[in-house]
Amino acid sequence: MLTIAEYLKPQSIAEAYHLLKNKENSVIIGGGFFTRMSSRKIGAAIDLSDARLNEIRETEQAIEIGAMVNFSQLEKDTALIEYFDGIIPATVANLPGQQMRNMVSVGGTIYGKYGFSELLTVLMVLDCQVVLYQGGVMELTEFLNLKGKPQDILEKIIIKKENLKASYKMFRYSSGSLPILTVAVSEKNNQYKIAVGARPAMAALAIKTMEYLNSNEQTDDSPLKAAEIAAGELVFGVDRRASGEYRQELCKVLVKRAILEVNER
Amino acid sequence: MKISVLLNGLNTIMDIEPHEMLLDVLRRYGCLSVKRGCDTSSCGVCTVLLDGSPVLSCSLFAAKADGHRITTAEGMQTEIAEFADFLNREGADQCGYCNPGFALTIQAMKRELSDPTEAQIKQYLAGNLCRCTGYVGQLRAIKKFLGVES
Repeated sequence: MLTIAEYLKPQSIAEAYHLLKNKENSVIIGGGFFTRMSSRKIGAAIDLSDARLNEIRETEQAIEIGAMVNFSQLEKDTALIEYFDGIIPATVANLPGQQMRNMVSVGGTIYGKYGFSELLTVLMVLDCQVVLYQGGVMELTEFLNLKGKPQDILEKIIIKKENLKASYKMFRYSSGSLPILTVAVSEKNNQYKIAVGARPAMAALAIKTMEYLNSNEQTDDSPLKAAEIAAGELVFGVDRRASGEYRQELCKVLVKRAILEVNER
Repeated sequence: MKISVLLNGLNTIMDIEPHEMLLDVLRRYGCLSVKRGCDTSSCGVCTVLLDGSPVLSCSLFAAKADGHRITTAEGMQTEIAEFADFLNREGADQCGYCNPGFALTIQAMKRELSDPTEAQIKQYLAGNLCRCTGYVGQLRAIKKFLGVES
């Protein structure tokens, strides 16, 4: 059963970081969905709701999304609808129910490095950086490859505005369940990025698949061949939702479909 | 710890544990329309409006609601009675357990979406489950309540 000794709502990220460093057994709270399901004894829960991290800001070069922006805000943002083929609003709309979309935070999703995160899969095929309060700016893929979770606070993500094409595909048993496999593909100037998630591990870039597509001329067989490479290079595991073999077969289908969709745009 | 909320239009100071979920606090303060269903953020029977937006009270730390406006079915009785009338006429009600959550979400949807399509209605309401009905009668009632074309 979860217990919290102290629940704090700092008014700024600086205050939140000070608390994180100085309070014993402290935990950052974003949306709080997974924290509340855990059986932990938390000394200080540091809720970022009032730390002014809940804005989406469009600059000339990029779209900046604060860590406490919720999925409902992502769904409705006009800049996100306009750019990247609207892939971000379309993807977060899969989270079942308006209630959950009003509560799930961007920062919690990214910091959690969840394998089933559809948003994370999509962000991996965009030019996306994370901004940590102490650690500074780094590429999203660099952040995801950090061992464990640094004792830091994710302030925002920055997505560079690019004229690219993008597609997202997933498979889930029902609209109310977590996805079994997630695939995102982007293409710009004949250069592809491909990410596959819910393996059930965290999403990973299909590096060999990208090399194949990016260094060979496209033929009618390319999407299928690429999908087979992706299914072969990535590791798929078993959990209560699906076997590794099933995920591998899904990967072949969804990667091919996503590439075809991007090519047709 | 204490939190201060505007509960159904009334300034209310609530005594809570730091790890307590809003669902339990609201029921303790007399809002029995807010129900516990799945406890895993799936069913929507615990839905309340936080500053007018539907949220799952089983998954929201009560402390997060400090300084905010909370609305439960107790605070929207007139509006919900109007919607309930549409449900009755379509024979869309059985046990009624999901009704308060549904009704609140629909009130929020009515404000947010103008002239929604059936697909938009279903997507908005995907977080409110009903184990009794199969949703057909409810969808008819919702469309008539919103005044949208079938």
